[in-house]
Amino acid sequence: MYKVAVMGDLDSIVGLSALGLEIFPTEQADEAARLLKQLAGSGYAVIYVTEALAASIPEEIARYRYERVPAIILIPGIGGNTGAGLENVRVSVEKAVGMDILN
Amino acid sequence: MAILNVNPTRMELQGLKRKLVTARRGHKLLKDKRDELMRIFLEMVRENRALRVEVEAALTASNRHMAVARGVMPREALDAALMLPKQALELEITEKNVMSVLIPVYQAKFRTADENDIYSYGYAFTSSDLDDAVASLADVLPKLIRLAEVEKSCQLMAAEIEKTRRRVNALEHVMIPQYEETIRYITMKLDENERSATTRLMKVKDMMLQAAHEYA
Repeated sequence: MYKVAVMGDLDSIVGLSALGLEIFPTEQADEAARLLKQLAGSGYAVIYVTEALAASIPEEIARYRYERVPAIILIPGIGGNTGAGLENVRVSVEKAVGMDILN
Repeated sequence: MAILNVNPTRMELQGLKRKLVTARRGHKLLKDKRDELMRIFLEMVRENRALRVEVEAALTASNRHMAVARGVMPREALDAALMLPKQALELEITEKNVMSVLIPVYQAKFRTADENDIYSYGYAFTSSDLDDAVASLADVLPKLIRLAEVEKSCQLMAAEIEKTRRRVNALEHVMIPQYEETIRYITMKLDENERSATTRLMKVKDMMLQAAHEYA
């Protein structure tokens, strides 16, 4: 059985803990990178990361992009929606098709 | 296009012809795979996009409720209210094989079946905004999980499509023309050898006839 984790600043993710997701509040890039690596290796199938935090550790996130587990999914934090999530979808399309054809 | 570095012999020619047939068949199969992958991928990526827009809107709305709750409740009270969740979520992953890409299918399992267990606090000392925030998150949770599934699938399929496309292109624009040209080169060389052998024989025959006439 796999678990589900959420990373980001506490204010953005605290509500998700009520639903049974495990929250790992952090705002520092180095700590986040370490945490992500640790979570990826310990049975988490999905790790939701706030866009703000994800922006500070792009390489670490890209590393798991083509791994089967975990899926790292960006969610908007309390600071608002930066559009990084949709940008990720666009990257997938561009990789597959060669150009962004969905706009 | 450069030809392969081979000896112009009949054996090589046969081998190359066989290779060309295999390359053509592989090319056709890979092209079909690419087309089908692309069709499924585009379907999924559209769903991914729609889900993402929906989920992001819902999360933003929930964050707004949460911000209000933060405003009206002391920080410690809010954190304490959510500190010990009653609910726990686990995922079971099964895999689906789509054109040899294994995409994940998540099955969510909650520890308790009671949907009210998302409220891990008594209602006496918390703001109703907190209830709203948690309730709206609970509503969007199935979509959030589906989003993870679809987005991961899209990423895996994108990688596979790229790989397949490269293979198709390599076969179509490099391997197959190379084989064809090498085959043509060997055929011509062999024909040329045959012609020169024929002329040599004719010449030898002439010389022998000449010699025979002089003796007579």
